[in-house]
Amino acid sequence: MKPRLIVSYVLLVLIGVACFYPALYTILSSFREGNSLFSDHLIPEKWTLQHYKDLFLNNRADRYIPYTKWYLNTLYVATISMVLGTLLQLLTAYAFSRFRFKGRKQMLTIVLILGMFPGFLSIMAIFVILKQLNLLDTHAALILVYSAGAALGMFIAKGFFDTIPKSLEEAARIDGASHMTVFTRVILPLSRPILTYISLTTFAGAWVDFIFARSILRTPEKWTLAVGLWNLVDSYNSTEFTLFAAGCVLIAIPITALFMYTSRFLVDGLTAGANKG
Amino acid sequence: MKQHAAAAGWLSALCMGLGQWYNRQYAKGWLFILIHAAGLYLTIFKLAPLIKDLTTLGTQGRHFEKVGKINRMVEGDNSLYMMIYGVLAVLVLLLYIFLYIQNIRDAVAIGRRREQDQDLQKLNSSFFPWLLLTLPIIGVLAFTILPIVFTSLISFTNYASPNHIPPKGLIDWVGFSTYHKLFNLNVWQDTFFGVLGWTVFWAVTATFTCYFGGILVALLINQQGIRFKGFWRFLFIIPYAIPQFVSLLIMRNMLNEKFGPINQYFQAFGLQGLPWLNDPFWAKVSVIVVNMWIGIPVSMVLVMGILTTIPKDLYEAAEVDGASVWMKFRNITMPYILFATAPILITQFVGNVNSFNVVFLLTGGGPATMRYNNAGETDLLVTWLYKLTLDFNQYNIAAAVAVLLFLFVATMSILVYTRTRSFREEDMIQ
Repeated sequence: MKPRLIVSYVLLVLIGVACFYPALYTILSSFREGNSLFSDHLIPEKWTLQHYKDLFLNNRADRYIPYTKWYLNTLYVATISMVLGTLLQLLTAYAFSRFRFKGRKQMLTIVLILGMFPGFLSIMAIFVILKQLNLLDTHAALILVYSAGAALGMFIAKGFFDTIPKSLEEAARIDGASHMTVFTRVILPLSRPILTYISLTTFAGAWVDFIFARSILRTPEKWTLAVGLWNLVDSYNSTEFTLFAAGCVLIAIPITALFMYTSRFLVDGLTAGANKG
Repeated sequence: MKQHAAAAGWLSALCMGLGQWYNRQYAKGWLFILIHAAGLYLTIFKLAPLIKDLTTLGTQGRHFEKVGKINRMVEGDNSLYMMIYGVLAVLVLLLYIFLYIQNIRDAVAIGRRREQDQDLQKLNSSFFPWLLLTLPIIGVLAFTILPIVFTSLISFTNYASPNHIPPKGLIDWVGFSTYHKLFNLNVWQDTFFGVLGWTVFWAVTATFTCYFGGILVALLINQQGIRFKGFWRFLFIIPYAIPQFVSLLIMRNMLNEKFGPINQYFQAFGLQGLPWLNDPFWAKVSVIVVNMWIGIPVSMVLVMGILTTIPKDLYEAAEVDGASVWMKFRNITMPYILFATAPILITQFVGNVNSFNVVFLLTGGGPATMRYNNAGETDLLVTWLYKLTLDFNQYNIAAAVAVLLFLFVATMSILVYTRTRSFREEDMIQ
């Protein structure tokens, strides 16, 4: 074996361990008895499902943790935000990538600038506006906040559309396809990788956000997982690490599974073979 | 030849819709006249008082009034609502003015077509993109632009506890005095410049470590001769796949000085554990390293995606010409990656300036320090202003920081962005 390859493999193993270790530690801790962060052995000496039971059955009499409810809330908010956000972002990216209309350059610059204005800088303003609309403490408000600005994150999608050869579109045009047909029959089928990417990021964004969720949602029954878990950690700190670990595992499972399942789309050949001469 | 353009234009300037009627476009004319009537009515009866309120922000707060013999509390003006409605009113007014101008331009354009006896059925090819953009624009207007305007306005007021919180107290316009405080008053000045310095250092370091780390890892996997590529990719994507908020809280526990596993291993090797999150220096190191752990997979996925889009025939042609591995990398791979990721690099830099989660969830801005006012050693501008808003109710200072941050970021990115090739030569790849 060449020395270059040996060095590469050593590096790969090291990075791999670094990537995997925190997750492994948390997963194993969630099955460990007791509640402490500290332990002499990585692998639990006694395995238990107690922490998961505690979360779902809410049978810790000493603390109020409606975990199942949070879970459903989060799923609901994240799914709807994903659909709306993806739609908005896709439309924007497509319009900017494929059309040369008046004011396009200026609007691109505006999108660029606005996209960099961190949403939560204006959280105070958003809060007051939502209060006026009587939308505070509702999931609808949260969904609006998550999806309304989605268009601003369109640069990656636009970059993707830019790489789809124009010749494909022109071919369809010559065959008499309308704007809408070109979009749905030519562009969309080719956009699966970027569609996956956008949906995943918007879903994950809604799933993990806690800044907006914490300021908009007030009653514990309406909380999302992030707010709930945050409160769990904030109130009990590291003294309930195993319970926290179980909560983490359950939060990470759907996102991670979804991600692993779809990640192959992200790195598949994007337009491989589409533009044959 | 008749002067249709001028006539239609003047008529439309006189009253919306008249020019369209003159051009015999009656439906459009009616539409514009309706808009005109609604606009005039709204401006005089609704918008004018609201805009007047915006300039005064109310004259009397909640106060006691004598009704007969009893003192009764009376709700006064709420400056905050006056500001919101005022801003909305100005927006509506601007929309009205914009439509008015469009109406004149439309009348002139159609008039000109009539002068030249052209077909009035205009080929509306620029219409479709605007149709696509309608919904996104509304969303951005309501939830991004309006809040930004509102935030900037607040930075010019004295909206701060304890005395100027509606509905009890009134807010007043104070001009630039908030900014003056931030720059020149000792209490705020030291914190501001200290936090700013760390923010810049952090953003530069975080961006470069993640970007080049990602490229290196992607190339490492993509080398010829490396086996199980799918497995390595799967392994390295794990940090990206775990929700950031979860992994950051886990990291916080891992780095715990007393019980955390990392210090435990240090001790197993006979080394002393490090105060990862409690020492100013090590807290900064931790934040940067943990950010690499989170950020490198993102860049890696992007770069790997780009690597697969590079046409294979480029490499084949290069091989025919006898190019070495290094030459292929320098002349094909790297330019492609840079071309495709330049905008992403800038967004990542700006994202890092505003990287709230990593700092807030990992260190909470700490460790605390006496040097700063309401800020800790690792606080970025964003986390500082978050604390100012939520914990200390210093809305105007927070808003001023937000505005400065925005200006700084916007200028930086426009400068860099307009200079990248992918913006100037956008259609290069096609």
